Amino acid sequence: MALGDVLVEVQGLAKHFGDGETRVDALRSVDLLVRAGEVIALLGPSGSGKTTLLNMIGCILDPSAGRVALDGDPVFDGKWLRNDLRRLRLDKIGFIFQAHNLLPFLTAEENVAVVLDLAGWPAEKGRARARELLDYLEVGHRAKVKPALLSGGEAQRVAIARALANRPRIILADEPTAALDSSRAQLVMDLLRKLAAEQEACIITVTHDEKIFDRFDRLIHLRDGHLVDA
Amino acid sequence: MNLALKDIRHGLFRFVLTCFGLGLLMTVVLAMIGIYNGLVSDALAVVKAPAADVWVVEAGTQGPFAEASSIPADTRNAVARMPGVAEAGAINYQNIEAPFQGRTLRLYVIGYERGRPGGPQTIVAGRGIGTSHFELVADRKTGLAPGDTIRLGRNHFTVVGLVEGAMNSGGDPAVFMALADAMDLQTELAPADQRVQVARGGGAVKSASVAAVIVRVTPGADVSLLTATLRQWKHLAALTQAEQETILLASVVDKARRQIGLFLGILLTVSAVVIALIIYTMTMEKLKQIATLKLIGAPDRTIVGLIVQQALILGASGWGIGLVLILLVKDVFPRRVVLEPFNVGVLAAIIFVVCLAASGLGVRAALKVDPATALGS
Repeated sequence: MALGDVLVEVQGLAKHFGDGETRVDALRSVDLLVRAGEVIALLGPSGSGKTTLLNMIGCILDPSAGRVALDGDPVFDGKWLRNDLRRLRLDKIGFIFQAHNLLPFLTAEENVAVVLDLAGWPAEKGRARARELLDYLEVGHRAKVKPALLSGGEAQRVAIARALANRPRIILADEPTAALDSSRAQLVMDLLRKLAAEQEACIITVTHDEKIFDRFDRLIHLRDGHLVDA
Repeated sequence: MNLALKDIRHGLFRFVLTCFGLGLLMTVVLAMIGIYNGLVSDALAVVKAPAADVWVVEAGTQGPFAEASSIPADTRNAVARMPGVAEAGAINYQNIEAPFQGRTLRLYVIGYERGRPGGPQTIVAGRGIGTSHFELVADRKTGLAPGDTIRLGRNHFTVVGLVEGAMNSGGDPAVFMALADAMDLQTELAPADQRVQVARGGGAVKSASVAAVIVRVTPGADVSLLTATLRQWKHLAALTQAEQETILLASVVDKARRQIGLFLGILLTVSAVVIALIIYTMTMEKLKQIATLKLIGAPDRTIVGLIVQQALILGASGWGIGLVLILLVKDVFPRRVVLEPFNVGVLAAIIFVVCLAASGLGVRAALKVDPATALGS
């Protein structure tokens, strides 16, 4: 597959918690480049720094040092270069969670449309886009159903629709297939790959799920905060 | 998309129950306000009823509502002849308990001179007193009806008419009767006591005194000059209507008023704490959802709006339920519950402020939530 623009560029990214004797280095000088269309996996044992790296790329954790650029815009260089990180996340990043994290008081359609509502889309246009995505992900027939009544697979597809609603070019997924059986996990990954290609987006996934390793373009191993193999 | 309403609709049964609980609390608050108003209104009703300008009472006393006042009944003649006096009437007040149809009625007996100030203002059923003796006009709350006969002291009285809203500061409903009957009722001894008195050679005990003389002045008359002149009579004191009302509120109902006011303050404080706890708990239960909203890009105003709107809806619903409930049950209270639109409006404003302040606790917790919390399983 032909790769496109650099969407995520990380240089010398580091994170430590505490100081002195209590200092813990969660991530040590990590460099990473992810291009449009790429689907990569962050692998490693617990405490290796996978989630820390994902959170810093997602602008929800302050790095201790290094540089981060998203979709060509430098966003961190020793300090955050933008004040509106939530708007940045809304416009550029889509999140997919292990536990789906759908809002229980909204229907499947509303869970997708809420992102567009926050982005300032007109309500009708937002709902139409939500329906379009749900139909595409083959859960359109469950649009008016609350998350509690969705199966695990349906909920995950709604969560993917939400992550893609505002057409972000960077999709961060935290164990997206952990709650799914083998065949469903592979279907979800195939779907993500297809969407990444169609939307010219990149997908960075934290996973332990060996069943889906073959669905990634790159497997990036982390150990003790170091990037050991890419 | 209104997230606050969506969330309420999602847990509607629980939210309605919470609102109902808060509504019951508001009912108690409104009841206390109503009882407070009723107390003041009842206390003033009997003072306002004669539509007097000046009250002539016993020297050195604060008038018949604050303490015992006794002046000669013929004082009225002397007062009526004074310049600036349009009308004057002697009046008498006393509490009495009387058996009626198997129960005991506690009545506030007002004796007045027919055709002079001090009688019932508006007869709502039957007629006014038409004869010199043994007729009375009762407040509807006595339970008496026109045509009923009730024994008061040694005599039987026929109820000829009804009034509304006539009672003393203790809430005892009033009955109006001729002054002569009221004075007899006050001074007549029971038959056995009468016999003992006669055996001792004392004869019948009669005192021709009344509690006060009510004065209405002529248009343009100087009330302060009149009261100053009346005070020159050593055995009399004179109070303007405003002074009489002030004395009544300051000395007679003041303790009860302050007690209810204090209780009202405690209730409002409890309500504020309850509202704060409810909103805080509602927020804490949604922390993961709030973290998710922050993670997907929701600005703080969306999060604050979610919490504050729910707090205000909760407060408004509680207030509404409280208002409906108190309007339904206010007549069941033994004392009058008087709710003015102003009171209801002020309570709404207080609840609004309390909800805003109470939601501050929840808002603070919500704004402190780390969006990364959403990433945990």
